[in-house]
Amino acid sequence: MIWAGFLQRAIMQGVPLLYGSTGEIITEKSGNLNLGIPGIMYVGGISGVIGAFLYEQHAASVHPLPAVLIPLLCSIAGSLLMGLIYSFLTVSLRANQNVTGLALTTFGVGFGNFFGGSLAKLAGSDVASISLSTTSGYFRTQLPFADKCGWFGQVFLSHSFLAYAAVIIAALTAFILSHTRIGLHLRAVGENPATADAAGISVGRYKYFATCTGSVIAGLGGLYYVMDYANGVWSNDGFGDRGWLAIALVIFAVWRPNISIFGSILFGGLYIVHNYIPGLDVSGQELFKMLPYAVTILLLVVISMRRKREAQPPAHLGMPYFREER
Amino acid sequence: MSKAVKQSEKVPAIRLQNITKRFGTVVANDNVSLSVEHGQILSILGENGSGKTTLMNMIAGIYFPDHGRIFVDGQEVVIRSPKDAFRYGIGMIHQHFKLVDVFSATENIVLGLDSEPKFSLKQSARKIMEIAIQYGFDIDPDKKIYEMSVSEKQTVEILKVLYRGADILILDEPTAVLTPQETEKLFAVLRRMRDSGKAIIIITHKLHEVLSLSDQVAVLCKGRYAGTVNTAETNESRLTEMMVGKKVTLNIARSEPKDPVDRLIVEGISCKNREGTELLHDISFTARAGEILGIAGIAGSGQRELLEAIAGLQHVNGKILYRNPKTGQTDDLRDKTPVQIRELGVRLSFVPEDRLGMGLVGNMDIVDNIMLRSYKKGRGFFLERKSPRSLAEKIINDLEVVTPGANTPVRRLSGGNVQKVLVGREIAASPTVLMAAYPVRGLDINASFTIYNLLNQQKENGVAVIFVGEDLDVLLELSDRIMVISSGRIAGTVDARTATKEEIGLLMTKNAVQEGGAADGAANA
Repeated sequence: MIWAGFLQRAIMQGVPLLYGSTGEIITEKSGNLNLGIPGIMYVGGISGVIGAFLYEQHAASVHPLPAVLIPLLCSIAGSLLMGLIYSFLTVSLRANQNVTGLALTTFGVGFGNFFGGSLAKLAGSDVASISLSTTSGYFRTQLPFADKCGWFGQVFLSHSFLAYAAVIIAALTAFILSHTRIGLHLRAVGENPATADAAGISVGRYKYFATCTGSVIAGLGGLYYVMDYANGVWSNDGFGDRGWLAIALVIFAVWRPNISIFGSILFGGLYIVHNYIPGLDVSGQELFKMLPYAVTILLLVVISMRRKREAQPPAHLGMPYFREER
Repeated sequence: MSKAVKQSEKVPAIRLQNITKRFGTVVANDNVSLSVEHGQILSILGENGSGKTTLMNMIAGIYFPDHGRIFVDGQEVVIRSPKDAFRYGIGMIHQHFKLVDVFSATENIVLGLDSEPKFSLKQSARKIMEIAIQYGFDIDPDKKIYEMSVSEKQTVEILKVLYRGADILILDEPTAVLTPQETEKLFAVLRRMRDSGKAIIIITHKLHEVLSLSDQVAVLCKGRYAGTVNTAETNESRLTEMMVGKKVTLNIARSEPKDPVDRLIVEGISCKNREGTELLHDISFTARAGEILGIAGIAGSGQRELLEAIAGLQHVNGKILYRNPKTGQTDDLRDKTPVQIRELGVRLSFVPEDRLGMGLVGNMDIVDNIMLRSYKKGRGFFLERKSPRSLAEKIINDLEVVTPGANTPVRRLSGGNVQKVLVGREIAASPTVLMAAYPVRGLDINASFTIYNLLNQQKENGVAVIFVGEDLDVLLELSDRIMVISSGRIAGTVDARTATKEEIGLLMTKNAVQEGGAADGAANA
């Protein structure tokens, strides 16, 4: 069944994008345009790799629970730190969000490649890549009955816990944004911080909280990529431009995490569809890889023409809030 | 009357005692005392800049008074933030709405509320409808703010305050943005709220509204408290007298105009804003060379649109004829861009209200700001910087601009110095028509006189000066004629040498809408 295989790979390809876009949506809802997401996903990935590498090297015997928990916590800590840096610079110091974000992306990619190279050296490898197959094996534990359910099992049940977590987090985020007080307040902060401030909502606290939570979620996408998609093999620059694709997905999903669940599978499929088309040369492949971006641009044109207010980015996106400037 | 006896026994819902507030050296409120009871509407009447909004902001927790005490229901209170104000049941509806556009009415109303145990928009919407029915509001709780008219948005703001259980409502010029019909609706709601025991304070400068709505009127005049009167015992001319205060002599040297000739003839211009509200209606006047034409009116009566129309920034219907002193030709300036107007040889110099927004670029220095007028000069690709620099230095010396140097960003200068740079630059273009809107706003006495002298010099040089001002004393001593506009219409033109403040004050508040309403009534009958 070639299409079942394609769908399964599309979902796997989509999971990091889903993590990244959910994180970015939460961040953007607070009015912070965090272009550091690609870098943060790198940091989330390499932090998990560092944790797993040290555990595998130093533990006498590798147990499943710490083998999963240690990389998970390391990844969360790494991306949380990135989120804190971004928040401190843009919220407390009111630095330009675009510049800060791009700097974080450059930093995050460099950070990943530097430590990726260092670990490879420690492991005695010639190329800048390290394999953590034991840890990856634990991460990729499947549901026991996945094999018995035919194509349905292959497409939907063969995934690891991080993939299901991505869908649950996205669905939960969608619910919180539209059905809870916290969600209402967060949206108000991104739309009109002066109004939120006057209503007694702490704008700064919401921006910090949303940006840091968003960073942590995005970082998990990096971890999933290394541990699940790449079978525990970290190779420098291996994550590629998936971070930017996640940001494009935010626009595609018109800032709604429940749409990005399906959007991520579509993007994932478009990203790998060139592998399933026979007789493509290299240049043809590159043209196909362009598809997700082309779809996003097309959608942007459509959204802009329809001018539906709900499908617009948060009104105060990218602008710092300063109470005295009223 | 038994009602009056009852009222005197009641404890006031809110009482202010000797409130004083200063901003730097400017006294915004000087020793103001007033009180409102439950079931009463108090109007606060005063000209622009008389300190009405400042006073109310102190009750709403936005400013903190320097001196004086505030009592709520007889208890002395300290209000440091809007949250404190809410705790004492005080809610203020600001002139500029604080609403999130993409949210529904309900979402906006419950925003920031933590007191309700369960978050349910449906339940909140039901509660909002209950309040709306009680007071006769017309509202759809699920409608998004961006789909609403101004009056609906105002309704949401009022409901926001009522939803939080406010007993004392303050409305800052609530009718400024409403049509007459919407105003009537609002007043009906306010009367119903009064009858249910709420204390209401309404800030306004429209006399007929004061008389038709309120039980009492407190008058402020240049920050001082001029007294409170019962609405039933007063009339328009007595309120105007209290509002404009006694005449102050400023001793501005005013010369007789020397053989004034017509320079700018405006014939019947009208314009509407995007919502279709008429901003200017059939305005006709003549500005003469060698004369200062003062324009008086309540803020937002169309002054800005009128000046922008002449400067080529606002699309209008009608004619703006300019008699060119050099060629003797007459040109129509209407619908020409500012650049086209300049190319015609017409020199209009415009000092906008919003100095740093439209007049100067805050982050650029004085030389660069002067070059905004002369950037077309210079050879080929390169700019000519020498003469702007010498002009900058000349302005700094002549007008005594306090600045570290010509290269200091103008944003770092004080308001008076910014204004001197702006006026200096406009005058240096040797205009034939000079328009100045509120050129002394926020300036101290010395800086103001520098500006007055500059305007007088221009007048003596044969420039047609149009001066939009807010201080009637200044208008009376500086202008030769004063044109009063009210709600976008000309309410009258008077000779500044013989007119009185009361005369102008009455013209300013003379309401064209009132006449329209009477006509409607006649039509209905």
